[in-house]
Amino acid sequence: MTDQAVATRGWIGRALPRFEDEALLRGRGRFIDDLEPVPGAHHAAIVRSPHAHARIRHLDVSAAEAADGVTGVLTGADVQAMSRPFAAAAPSPVPYYAAAVDTVRHVGEPVAVVVARDRYLAEDAAARVRVDYDPLAPVLDARAAVHDSDALVSERSFHYGDPEAAFAHADVIVGGRFDFPAWTGLPLEGYGVVADWDPGAGTLTAWCNFQGPFTLHGVAAAALGLPGTRLRVITPEHSGGSFGIKSGVFVYVALIGLASRKLGVPVRWTEDRLEHLAASQTSTGRCAEIEGAFAADGELLGVRIDAIDDVGAYLRAPEPASMYRMHGALTGAYRVRNLALRARVVLTNRCPSALNRGFGGPQHYLPLEGMMALGARRLRIDPLRLAELNLVRRFPYETPSGGLYASGDFAGCLREARELSGYEARREERRRARRAGRLYGIGVACVVEPSISNMGYVTLVEEEASRGNALPKSGNAEGATVTINPAGGIGVRVSTTPQGQGHGTVVAQVVADALGVDPSQVAVRADADTSFSPWTVASGNYSSRFSGVGVGAALRATEQVAGKLRAIAGHVLGADADEIELRDGVAHLRGSGDGAETTVSLRRLAGMAHWNPEGLPEGLEPGLAATAYYAAPELAPPVDDRISASTENGFVVDIAVVEVDRATGRLAVIDYVSVHDAGRLLNPLLAEGQVIGGFAHGFGAVTREAHAHGADGELLTDTLKDYLCPTPADLPAVRTAHRETPSPLTPLGAKGLGEGTTMSVPAAIHNAVMDALHRDAPIALPLTPARLWELIDA
Amino acid sequence: MAEGAPMAEGAPMVERPISIVVEVNGLRRREHVMPRLLLSDFLRHRLGLTGTHVGCEHGVCGACTVRVDGIPARACLMFAVQTDGCAIETVEGLAGTGELTPLQRALHEAHGLQCGFCTPGILIAAGDLLERRPGADRAEIEALLSGHVCRCTGYRPIVDAIERVARDAAGHTARGDHADDADDADANGDPGGPGDPGDPGEAA
Ligand code: FES
Ligand code: FES
Repeated sequence: MTDQAVATRGWIGRALPRFEDEALLRGRGRFIDDLEPVPGAHHAAIVRSPHAHARIRHLDVSAAEAADGVTGVLTGADVQAMSRPFAAAAPSPVPYYAAAVDTVRHVGEPVAVVVARDRYLAEDAAARVRVDYDPLAPVLDARAAVHDSDALVSERSFHYGDPEAAFAHADVIVGGRFDFPAWTGLPLEGYGVVADWDPGAGTLTAWCNFQGPFTLHGVAAAALGLPGTRLRVITPEHSGGSFGIKSGVFVYVALIGLASRKLGVPVRWTEDRLEHLAASQTSTGRCAEIEGAFAADGELLGVRIDAIDDVGAYLRAPEPASMYRMHGALTGAYRVRNLALRARVVLTNRCPSALNRGFGGPQHYLPLEGMMALGARRLRIDPLRLAELNLVRRFPYETPSGGLYASGDFAGCLREARELSGYEARREERRRARRAGRLYGIGVACVVEPSISNMGYVTLVEEEASRGNALPKSGNAEGATVTINPAGGIGVRVSTTPQGQGHGTVVAQVVADALGVDPSQVAVRADADTSFSPWTVASGNYSSRFSGVGVGAALRATEQVAGKLRAIAGHVLGADADEIELRDGVAHLRGSGDGAETTVSLRRLAGMAHWNPEGLPEGLEPGLAATAYYAAPELAPPVDDRISASTENGFVVDIAVVEVDRATGRLAVIDYVSVHDAGRLLNPLLAEGQVIGGFAHGFGAVTREAHAHGADGELLTDTLKDYLCPTPADLPAVRTAHRETPSPLTPLGAKGLGEGTTMSVPAAIHNAVMDALHRDAPIALPLTPARLWELIDA
Repeated sequence: MAEGAPMAEGAPMVERPISIVVEVNGLRRREHVMPRLLLSDFLRHRLGLTGTHVGCEHGVCGACTVRVDGIPARACLMFAVQTDGCAIETVEGLAGTGELTPLQRALHEAHGLQCGFCTPGILIAAGDLLERRPGADRAEIEALLSGHVCRCTGYRPIVDAIERVARDAAGHTARGDHADDADDADANGDPGGPGDPGDPGEAA
């Protein structure tokens, strides 16, 4: 039946502007802080730790409780008494509650929640909460933390092929330390929760701009001691960006939920920017040492990686997943078969990490591609040529660590990038610039972009033997419901919780083709309601899964409804269902004219299904709705530490041309080319939006963005005046191109593409800067003018 | 009691609601507000005009930009009482119940919004720029947007959309009309009105 939909090809693939836009452009968005889902909610202000690490000697909330308009206060002790620590994907030496109990472990950690009639009063009263702290020495250095057994969360080693032999036979070994500091996608809208505890039913309803439900609904429910059925999470129609960061909202579902439960009133909380920067969530900081073994002719023989992930103060689910997200693609775009990975995860006194655009990808490709650049330099082979020599060329390709690259044209992308950038002319320009004493560099990054994560990959954190005991985890599934009402109105519900990616428009395109209608007639909701929406434990917006499984589920459900429409139409027209074709809002008898006796409108068919069950073909259920689920294939649980960690693997080749100003250290990107193979593009306009938006995030991370702490743990980037996002004048005009090698594994041939440039840009620009400065060692990120200036002629 | 009424004890002074009259998107409103009520909270939660978004509450992100007496202002850096007697324009007033404006349409066509959280502030600020300088060039547009955080789009489609409207406008006026008044606003293309981030005196 999938072929039927694919064959229609009407709306899929068109650069259709979004149906979502109109409401947003009119200021009619419905974001969490705009909603009043329950009457009379009280307002919370959170008292937070100013210290990175301190013991709480004494907490006195009496003055706050006595203040005007105050409903009550929830303390860390209440949280401990009323809930259990959050579970993560590995056991943690430090229990993680929604508020600090006797020790604060990062700046901004919640200590108490003050609830009052309005936010102003809540903040007044919060200022009256007295906390006596005994500051403790903060741990901020992940490399030092590995020696502390209380900080080391997990340690595993992986061996594929024979890395020892590869290194023993190498002609050239290069490598270095590549550290990727924690940063954030920084959604413009912060977290928000409205929590309503129903004491009679023992049910918590939480409206929140969560990007789940994902596995984290269950984590929050378990922490609250509630069966999953008693935690109803509802996301608003609109969410002001996330990029992974809003997966951390679940912590506040628990915290604000507990406040509602304790105080017996609905409670709402909207995070402010200071809270967000200090304590919402960051990407995972990575300290990596990498070595590459090369033959003299440029063949990459083996790779060794020693990676330490800094997950911050607590292990927040789904961490330590960042370490394993790339596991199927550890060898990137290259054919190398010998690989060793040592993977350690530590706690420090930073904000907890978890999902952030690229999730493990930027952190992996900075060292891997940096190693390739260093190899090229040492071997005196052009870096694009070195990549080309080592590219995977035959598909399907199974990586040493178990990943499956089902289809692709890596070499074609690379050729296209070379042409698009005018590579030879750029090299000539570099020669001229260097002769003139200018610091001009070219950097390359080749990136395999995994999408649709295997729910089982996180279990790699456990040793093979202990993994056997648990319920096996695999796959990635999504649900969708398609309904046609008696008047012929088409509604679709998926649980992919977008934050601006345009899922509604793409689903409308897909459904329109399958039903033969105009997409403007298809109303789509992609927000989640964990009690009443179709969803699975994988549902949510992450790992660029939408175009595969979100679309897959919508398509499956639509096909069921379309099948029913055809059956009814066949019955009416005296033909078989498979002789019926749906197009232009009408069911046609195939091969006949468009006369009244050979067509019947969708509207009429819908009317029959609802109004006249007696007139339906025998055995057909009345009504016109279907719920269907779609699971991505090729995602088995890990075996022998090998895993297909993602269904699909797109490909990105970037070429960056930069110049560093000798006098100021200022970095200028002269040209940037990014060529993608994300399979079939369902909507090229939205695809380009993802590529350019992802570019800006990668560019921010490599040039300026990072969470910075002083030696005493003080957070130095706690406002938007200190945490600097790129502005339009900073961002180079990236030139893009797409090749479309269809995926054989997703229903419409699409591969995810929301994260590729966030993975590739830091590596490409870092490599270009190393080249410009003639460095044969990595440079610490971010590449600020001050840092580069110090390295000039160093 | 009005939102924002502080406790008496320990507060510097007992504050009482003040009566203000404002005209919002053409409608006259009389309201009693506490002196410390932010304009952003007043618009969003008193008047229900939730199209004005709050992204930082410290004057950097631009999401809360509205026009006060025709001048762009950051609603998070102003108190509602400061607008007594003023006319305020918010995103809801741009198209009203009618067709989208050319700028709104251009953003739609260029995919200049994803989550849409930055969009209202950008619509107000860019609309103001195009009113003052109908043929604004790319550099001016980029300078204007340097005061608006957009984390989704990478800005390019936003700049493209505004530039397209500017070019269309320039097509309707004689070329060069605006070529030499580039210095009449400050370098940011921002007139530095009330609530301007450069004016710390307005910060609460
Ligand atoms: S909310 Fe960011 S400038 Fe006002
Ligand atoms: S569209 Fe999301 S911040 Fe601009």
